[in-house]
Amino acid sequence: MSGLLVAPLPSAPAPLLDRLERDLGRAFALPVRRSGPVAEPAGAWSETRGQWSATDFLRALVARLPPPPCRLLGVTEHDLFVPVLSFVFGQAQLHGRAAVVSLARLRPEFHGLPPDDPLLERRAAKEAVHEVGHTFGLVHCLDRACPMSLSIDLPDLDRKTAEPCPSCSALLEGSLEMQRARAQAEVEPR
Amino acid sequence: MRARWHILVVDDEEAMTESLAAWLREDGYSVETAASGREALEKARAREYAIYFVDLKMPGGLDGIETMMEIRKIQPEASVIIITAYATVDTAITAMKEGAQEYVVKPCHPQEISLLVERIIRVKNLQRENAILRRKLSRQYRFCDLVSKSGRMAEVFDLVREVASQRSTVLIQGESGTGKELVARAIHFSGERGSLPFVAVSCAALAETLLESELFGHERGAFTGAVVQRKGKFEAADGGTVFLDEIGDISPKVQVDLLRVLQERRFSRVGGTTEIAVDVRVIAATHRDLETEVREGRFRDDLFYRLNVINIRLPPLRERREDIPLLAQEFLDRLSHELGRDIGEISDEALRVLMDHDWPGNVRELENAIERAMVTCKTRVLTGEDLAFLRPAPRSPSGLALPAGLTLQELEKEYITATLERAGGNVKETASLLGIDRSTLYDKLRRYEIPRRAS
Repeated sequence: MSGLLVAPLPSAPAPLLDRLERDLGRAFALPVRRSGPVAEPAGAWSETRGQWSATDFLRALVARLPPPPCRLLGVTEHDLFVPVLSFVFGQAQLHGRAAVVSLARLRPEFHGLPPDDPLLERRAAKEAVHEVGHTFGLVHCLDRACPMSLSIDLPDLDRKTAEPCPSCSALLEGSLEMQRARAQAEVEPR
Repeated sequence: MRARWHILVVDDEEAMTESLAAWLREDGYSVETAASGREALEKARAREYAIYFVDLKMPGGLDGIETMMEIRKIQPEASVIIITAYATVDTAITAMKEGAQEYVVKPCHPQEISLLVERIIRVKNLQRENAILRRKLSRQYRFCDLVSKSGRMAEVFDLVREVASQRSTVLIQGESGTGKELVARAIHFSGERGSLPFVAVSCAALAETLLESELFGHERGAFTGAVVQRKGKFEAADGGTVFLDEIGDISPKVQVDLLRVLQERRFSRVGGTTEIAVDVRVIAATHRDLETEVREGRFRDDLFYRLNVINIRLPPLRERREDIPLLAQEFLDRLSHELGRDIGEISDEALRVLMDHDWPGNVRELENAIERAMVTCKTRVLTGEDLAFLRPAPRSPSGLALPAGLTLQELEKEYITATLERAGGNVKETASLLGIDRSTLYDKLRRYEIPRRAS
């Protein structure tokens, strides 16, 4: 099937997932559906860092991938890291089909501020579009308003929109076109 | 645009290399990884990376600092960032002292890596733009194959443009290697005769009888070995230009013959009686001071006045030093293409060496020096080390050791023979090393009976 599955990993607020799915559907013009929860992979917790390994989470999602070209996005409350960096908001397979987004540092309360659910939902949606964009081969965009621009802090993320800029939209369209052509070739073998 | 910049991540921990590589790839860079210092060096020899991230502690021979030092030998202009989980002030100081651009402690904030790379790439982009602009500027200072931004050469270019479409004889004077033939070609090819033949003759390279035959041709049987009739250069150049290089070296007999051609535009082949009329423009050149030659009776004054209708004097390179960077870059670009080498830049240190040299062999010597340096150059940048041969050799306190009992001529013969041997019999290089032009060298080789190839 084509489209995108969103999986809580292992849990995420339902209204947030609703918003995220709506924005993903708009950004990628693809059907987005909710999948069942995915458990944290064994060994993903790092005692020394007090965080979860984004790479292990991504590996767990890859193991549960639906048939191509469908993509799978995991949404987790856990704080994620990769070995070389102190944290990541999310991680994706560039030109792949799996991605993960962490809500931990998107929450205002992580930074000592009062909770703000609508703000969290907006941030999560932008970060989800960003990571799923990588699976379509999009790299970081120089347009600071584009969700594909690099967010290294929350003000960066808050400045962005959830709609890809014209340049990234064109690249995305090219990538979707290729995907459709590949699917067609599989249906109609020579 | 970022994909054109290649980054190599070097770490023995796969999780580290892969996570950093993935992060940089999302930034749009082309990233490769290496699991050891040795693998990194192999990759550095095979391709040019703009940035190397090198882990400080790696097992198996080369640690991070050693790897960085070796990388910098292969690619001196590459930026190396040392990454470590075990930061100490000592290692940081060592890394920076040995040439690391940055020292990063892992795990690091994502902002640190991205901004660091962006900053380095911004500088590299500026350097690249600078090189492109330099090349554009060089094209601006080009006239035919001549390159200069000096005021004196601008006057020469103006004169060349002015006389190109005239028929007047031109005398070009200048030291060896100043580009006299290039100026002659510029006059010919930018004028109305440009589509007709340009025939160059080096008068000094030929003995008197051979030169006569070369210039005017000969009839069959004119001399021993003249088994067929042959046209000379004047006939071959009919409608175009004859360039007589080293005109100051021709014999009195040829001077008379030449004077006649210039006066009457007619001549006879050697051994022939029929007169042949030609429409040829004559451009002559010499490194000699022809006025002095005339005063001292070695050169006919009537011929001198015939030749010296338009006089162009080319300044030696040491009097237009502002052209050295421009010319050096020009030769580097052209020779890179010809030699199949990707050497695009000249380091500041190398430029200083070039600017400090006196260039007795002028532009030709500069061209030879660039070519010689390119042969030994191991990177994309020509360094001062590659031009070390231009620096004067240290002299012993007692000065040069000279064999006793030699006359000045014997000494000259010995020195020419030794230099020729050192240059492997290459006359062009020998002339450049001796700071004389090839025709003078041929003259001396003949006079001292020095064989061109030392057996």
